[in-house]
Amino acid sequence: MSLQVFVLLSVTGLGLAGVYFLIASGLSLIFGLMDVLNLAHGLFFTVGSYATWWVMTRFGFIGSLGLRFAVALVVAAAMGLAVGWATERFFVRRFYGDHVTQILITLGLSLAGVALIGGWFSYDPRTFPVPELFRQVVVIAGARIPVSRLLILLVSVVLLIALLTFLRRTRHGLIIRAGVENRDMVQAMGIDVAKSFTLVFAIGGLLAAVGGVLGGVFFAGITPEFGLNVLIFAFIVVVIGGLGSVEGTALSAVIVGLTQQFVNFYAGAGVGDLTVVVLLAATLLLRPQGLLGEVAR
Amino acid sequence: MSQMTRSNAEVSTSAAIPAPRRSRTVPYVVGALGLLLAAVPFIDATIPGVFTGPMSSPGTLQILAVGLVFAGVAMSYDLLLGYTGLLSLGHAFYFALGLYGTNLGMRLFELSYVPAVVLALVFTLVVALVFGSVALRVRGVAFAMVTLAFAEAFHVFVEADPARISGGEEGLSLDTSYVPDLFTGVVNTRWVYWLALGFALLTFAICRQAVASRAGRVWQAIRENEDRVELLGLVPFRFKLLSFGLSAVLAAGGGAVYLLLVRGATPGAASSVFTLNLIIMVVLGGLGRLWGAALGGLVFGYLQLRLPGIARSGVFEPLPDWLEGPLTEPLFILGTLFVVLVMFAPGGLASLPERLGLKRGER
Repeated sequence: MSLQVFVLLSVTGLGLAGVYFLIASGLSLIFGLMDVLNLAHGLFFTVGSYATWWVMTRFGFIGSLGLRFAVALVVAAAMGLAVGWATERFFVRRFYGDHVTQILITLGLSLAGVALIGGWFSYDPRTFPVPELFRQVVVIAGARIPVSRLLILLVSVVLLIALLTFLRRTRHGLIIRAGVENRDMVQAMGIDVAKSFTLVFAIGGLLAAVGGVLGGVFFAGITPEFGLNVLIFAFIVVVIGGLGSVEGTALSAVIVGLTQQFVNFYAGAGVGDLTVVVLLAATLLLRPQGLLGEVAR
Repeated sequence: MSQMTRSNAEVSTSAAIPAPRRSRTVPYVVGALGLLLAAVPFIDATIPGVFTGPMSSPGTLQILAVGLVFAGVAMSYDLLLGYTGLLSLGHAFYFALGLYGTNLGMRLFELSYVPAVVLALVFTLVVALVFGSVALRVRGVAFAMVTLAFAEAFHVFVEADPARISGGEEGLSLDTSYVPDLFTGVVNTRWVYWLALGFALLTFAICRQAVASRAGRVWQAIRENEDRVELLGLVPFRFKLLSFGLSAVLAAGGGAVYLLLVRGATPGAASSVFTLNLIIMVVLGGLGRLWGAALGGLVFGYLQLRLPGIARSGVFEPLPDWLEGPLTEPLFILGTLFVVLVMFAPGGLASLPERLGLKRGER
């Protein structure tokens, strides 16, 4: 294995890991705190990618593509936040304690939402213009790395640090962490956990939508069903990492992203995806609670 | 208490899964309906607006046959979710195994249709027992995610086709030389239709027997409270695996019939979207009632095939663009209907007579 190929595959794999992390971390927090398997999370991702497409193609009055992309990122994040909030507030909240109904509702929302986006923007793959900078390459250890890959990595790492800081340094974060640990106890202490539920859904929506923006750049195109495809790998990342653990999700996203890239490259397209599923099966057999999950699960 | 056991125990308290029950009149109604459906190929009348051609036309029979296959597969899924309380997100895997397995049995081993189906069903059973015993190590939501991952692995496998056998994204068309002449050609659609009807009725009979058997009673006990079943000295794992295996084989049978209907196997049948559609079917019809699941499958099959036609006919034309686009998407209408049913009428279509006060005193 030449060094160039190794470096290129590593950076690409880490970029993929960044996209997985953004969608999986919200999923993991929502599950950890509320036991809700949010099947609409793929929709949040799709909302993010189409918001970007919309801004990049319709906001022609912003001349600079770089500035337009920054606006797109903010619009996508805001829409993800809003959709995540609305999902919890109007649908999931009505069915606390009834997990099957919650799963079914998010499933229905996901299918209807994807069809809605498909009806508006058609199911044809779309591409959006990206700033010139993204196409340039930097040479690292002889390998030509596209700047977009590094940017995806940078944004994911910044958001990882921001999320961890939020969880560790703020009062809301403290309540969320305590709720993941033991929800009933938090409630018994007179804290309104329902507010945290809404909050994690909104944060999860925001992160997934940013994931959708970066995913659109990474895969150089978007389709309405795309979120669902990524969601499946996000599930795998969440289970391997340990439900409810942000650090575990980050670690497992890196493992899954790198494995997928390397195996797909050396053993043929599709084999990497299968290997990831084998990793999942192995994790379940050897360590059902996931890498950094609590033993009690 | 650990999260996994808690979420599983709470499955039983879900409003979406009413307690299963058994009505004496249902077999007669289903039998009568079966006879009526069997006679459809001889009815030349047209029902304007509902079907485009006469009832006996191949187009109409095709739509009904797809609905009947979906009805059977939906019933097999109801065994898992409605009766055993297992939320599998990977049922498409087993349906697709029947579809691809039968097709490959004919193409690779040059078997004729019937032996190929038998081989595919046996293979499906083995696969279901192996994968089921891994997935059933975890409960509740983790089980859902694991089954989803396994099914998606198979979907990737047939779509990427590293072994060069499944035809990749294009899929694998049916080689009619291995199929009895009775089931080939548009003129013979009625025979495929009768086969689909036979499959649906047989599945109904098998499922009904199964849920009434000793094992079936244990499934329902597991659905209510798995820990208590264990406390009584039974091993829930074995019963769950049995439910998983039986439902997988029945789904594969549906796949084998579907192969003749659509004359080929495409990766779409293995996709998670198909599993999600199955969930829509059983929830639409009503979980924990076999006839409800069957009704859901029929309605779904009909709507999925007819809605695009209705949309193309231009009834939505006067509406503004932002509304017209989504309304031409069957999944938008079905998804919205699904959300509304789950929120306001858990129990699905099967619960509507009761809800509307037409049926009393059974509960």
